[in-house]
Amino acid sequence: MEATPLLKVLNLYKNFGGVQAIQNLNFELAAGELLGLIGPNGSGKTTAVNLITGFVKPTEGEVLYRGLNITGRAPYKIVRLGIARTFQMVKPFYQLPAYKNMIIPLYSPRVKQMIGGKYGDRDAVALDLLEEVGFERDAYVAYKTASALPQGYLKRLELAKAIALNPDLIILDELFSGLSLAEVASIVPIIEKLRQKGKSIIMIEHRLKELFRIADRVLVLNYGEKIAEGQANEVMESDVVKKAYLGSEV
Amino acid sequence: MKKRKERIDRGIKARSSDIFALSSWREMLYLAAPRLLPIVGLLVLSVALSIYWQRVLLSVCVFALLAISWDILAQTGMISLGQALFFGAGAYLSGIMNHYWGWPPYITIPLATIFGGLLCTAFLIPVLRLRGIFFSMVTLVLPLMLVRIIEATRIFGGTEGISGLTALPSRWVEIYVLIIVLLAALFGFRRMLNSDFGLILKGINDNDRSVMNAGINIYWFKIQALFIASSIGAFAGAFLTHVYLFVGMPVFALDYSILPIASAVVGGIGTLAGSMLGAFILVPLSEILRGLGGLRIVFYGLFLVVFTVAIPEGIFHYIQRKYHQFERWVEVE
Repeated sequence: MEATPLLKVLNLYKNFGGVQAIQNLNFELAAGELLGLIGPNGSGKTTAVNLITGFVKPTEGEVLYRGLNITGRAPYKIVRLGIARTFQMVKPFYQLPAYKNMIIPLYSPRVKQMIGGKYGDRDAVALDLLEEVGFERDAYVAYKTASALPQGYLKRLELAKAIALNPDLIILDELFSGLSLAEVASIVPIIEKLRQKGKSIIMIEHRLKELFRIADRVLVLNYGEKIAEGQANEVMESDVVKKAYLGSEV
Repeated sequence: MKKRKERIDRGIKARSSDIFALSSWREMLYLAAPRLLPIVGLLVLSVALSIYWQRVLLSVCVFALLAISWDILAQTGMISLGQALFFGAGAYLSGIMNHYWGWPPYITIPLATIFGGLLCTAFLIPVLRLRGIFFSMVTLVLPLMLVRIIEATRIFGGTEGISGLTALPSRWVEIYVLIIVLLAALFGFRRMLNSDFGLILKGINDNDRSVMNAGINIYWFKIQALFIASSIGAFAGAFLTHVYLFVGMPVFALDYSILPIASAVVGGIGTLAGSMLGAFILVPLSEILRGLGGLRIVFYGLFLVVFTVAIPEGIFHYIQRKYHQFERWVEVE
């Protein structure tokens, strides 16, 4: 008998008025797997994530997490089950220092449950977590107000906020966008470390080269439909994918 | 001997605003003075004022409480146009308990505070999902609806209201109870807003999706903020009822909704102290302008416009900034 997949998406549909944002989406994610979710702009990648994390309710279909139907549950309840996500547009509390931004996920009931009580000092835990994602402690980066931080650090902060919840499934929405090659290169080891810990990851990405190096499998969306799924190199060779990306037959 | 200018707070504040390194009485005074000012100021005013102005001080304190209550809601992203709802609920509850059941003020005021808070929270729970102007509209309409219900059904004295309520023991009890509650609310809730709990509230205002994404039920936090704010408003209403010995439809008047907002805007939103300061400027100003008769509102309006244009950040934020920039001459070795 096959083990229950960590995440199973069944016949998912979403219409925004007349627009079919997601049509008949089906896929599975095994525990510990890294799935790349790619597709042209407006192909429904973020909507798919919003449907899984409960920010948008599907018109039809089901999302199963560890065999449990989580379709249409409130986002905060889904997070408590162990699914954390980052947002494409990072919106930290700009007037607060970076480490104070971490207080909000650390206040989460999920974190409280894990610790089995209350944190003595959330600030100290926040600083440790930020160091993990590359906020150099000696340089006091974590003490700077978020508005003074460059985009690379804001993206790391967003990642740290997801990691703070100790999720089993992390969904990263265009984590690499707007980052330099060097910055991406410094974040990749963090993601690999998460995988070593057995976390499952879904990554929405436009930076395909970087994604293909770490993804086990990719899934291509176009106009809300899955047009290909499989190994990265195989998928990119397929004609439908080339057509979707380049707009014509190659 | 060469001299140069140095900011006073340089030596006091080290790297983070949490860490203080005090080395003299002067530095301690620098930190303590802004906190002592409202305490000492209120105590002096309570003794120095004539009976008439003492009454004005009572109403100033009540509006300061309402402004603090408005500010707490605003911090959580709920812009209320109906502080009168909280005020009126507290006023009527204590009036009813006193008139119909004969309970004394020291029981009716605390009970009206808690149950007024619960009642208003229950009223507003269905609209908590609304954001921005939609939430505001509902808060504006609710007190107006309650007034019409009382008028139409003639309950609780109808248009006449309930009069002949029990008075508080003396005017000294009146003024000091109110001052103590106001100071406790100011310092207590300022502390609350600076705690991790307060950070979540501000987070909901800033980016509610991000807070939800941390597995936090934002509606539960909004309910808590709503209960706190409406309890403060209800206390103000219940208290003033036992000062005026009367409760009636005017407790739902627009004044109790608009003046707290004006106070918060003039004083500075987000610090609670600013809202309180605003009330301490606007309410006495309104009294002083009373001599002008009909033109009072014109001057009052002009003042509001000039202030909000000249110091849009609010008086409190302005003073706070200047206070941090105080300089002194020091000798260069």
